[in-house]
Amino acid sequence: MTDRVIGEQERGDRLEVRVWRGNAHGAFQTFRVPRRDKQTVLDIVTHIQRHLDPTLAYRFACRVGMCGTCAMTVNGRPRWTCRTQARAVVHNGTPLVLEPLRSLPVIRDLVVDMAPFFDKWADARGRFVPRETQQAAGARAARNAEPEGAAQEPARAFARVAPESAERRAADAAIECINCAVCFGACDVVAWRADYLGPAALNRAWAAWNDVRDGARGAVLEAVAREGGCQTCHTHRSCAETCPVGLDPTWSIAGLKRALTRAVLKGDIA
Amino acid sequence: MPGARIQDSQAGKGPRPERRALPLVHAGTVAALVHRLSGLALAIFLPVHFLALGLAFDAERFGAFIAWSRHPLVTLSETVLVAALALHLAGGLRLLAVELLHLPVLAARWVAATFAVGAAAGVLFLLGALGGLG
Repeated sequence: MTDRVIGEQERGDRLEVRVWRGNAHGAFQTFRVPRRDKQTVLDIVTHIQRHLDPTLAYRFACRVGMCGTCAMTVNGRPRWTCRTQARAVVHNGTPLVLEPLRSLPVIRDLVVDMAPFFDKWADARGRFVPRETQQAAGARAARNAEPEGAAQEPARAFARVAPESAERRAADAAIECINCAVCFGACDVVAWRADYLGPAALNRAWAAWNDVRDGARGAVLEAVAREGGCQTCHTHRSCAETCPVGLDPTWSIAGLKRALTRAVLKGDIA
Repeated sequence: MPGARIQDSQAGKGPRPERRALPLVHAGTVAALVHRLSGLALAIFLPVHFLALGLAFDAERFGAFIAWSRHPLVTLSETVLVAALALHLAGGLRLLAVELLHLPVLAARWVAATFAVGAAAGVLFLLGALGGLG
């Protein structure tokens, strides 16, 4: 083991980067990386992997803020590294500190195992359950004598939700999530309680609850009513403050709490 | 050199595992913490409060209790309790604002307002108590 900062020999304006190495047990390793105008944190990680230490493990895919794969903890805060410019998070020569996302098992270095995150997504009943099959909808449309042979043309059998309707707008509010787990890594309650479904899964449940085409909306409320469901949220708003897409999972979870209260008062749910 | 590593904060001390950095503390986390702790303080205080009210049936004992409550330390604890009550109330209003009114833009300001209300109530009580003493 050498007592040396990797990249020390590089000339020019350099940035000190401390990177987590190992899994649950490990240590920070310091690198010096050339500073460049408009470089992103992902550019820096890539520079380290390509030029300073090829054993560094990290994940990325699209590099343009569409896939959410490159989420990491940057200076204590979860972020998409591809959409974070180094100069926005490094001030007065302080080092850039890169760690894997919190609350997920670390496979190696900056790579986490996303399985628990997606398991919770499934537990919150985030999947879409059609109210009726396309064939049934087509047959119904045909019986109702809709024009131009709806049964023969599948597109006409689709449920129609007007874009400007209140139902559509309610579903729209939570629908843009790309499962990057930034909110999951930011949430204090996720860190405290292993059984908490977390902001992303509950946000998805809220979108499903608002989807008028969904045939099993009651199951959504049952899923989020359980221990570790929506009532476990402490309204810290860390998820909403960090969501790179600008969603507000706290508001979605508050919506689930209200829907649940209404259902209990009406006796729809025990 | 590729593969070479240093543990810069542990340099020369052997390979003791390092801890990851603590998460950044959000305003909302602090607000929720204060809301809980003040609620806990009030819950502990409540039985004592009822006990004191129960003493009012006996004028002599109640008088003695009131005299005891003039002790500066008791006044200070009462001030903390009043501040805790105000903090808890303001924290509850913050929750209602975020969860029912959807005022996310105001979130940080709500937290600040919560503490302002708590501090103001405490100071007002202390001034009143000091006035009463004088």
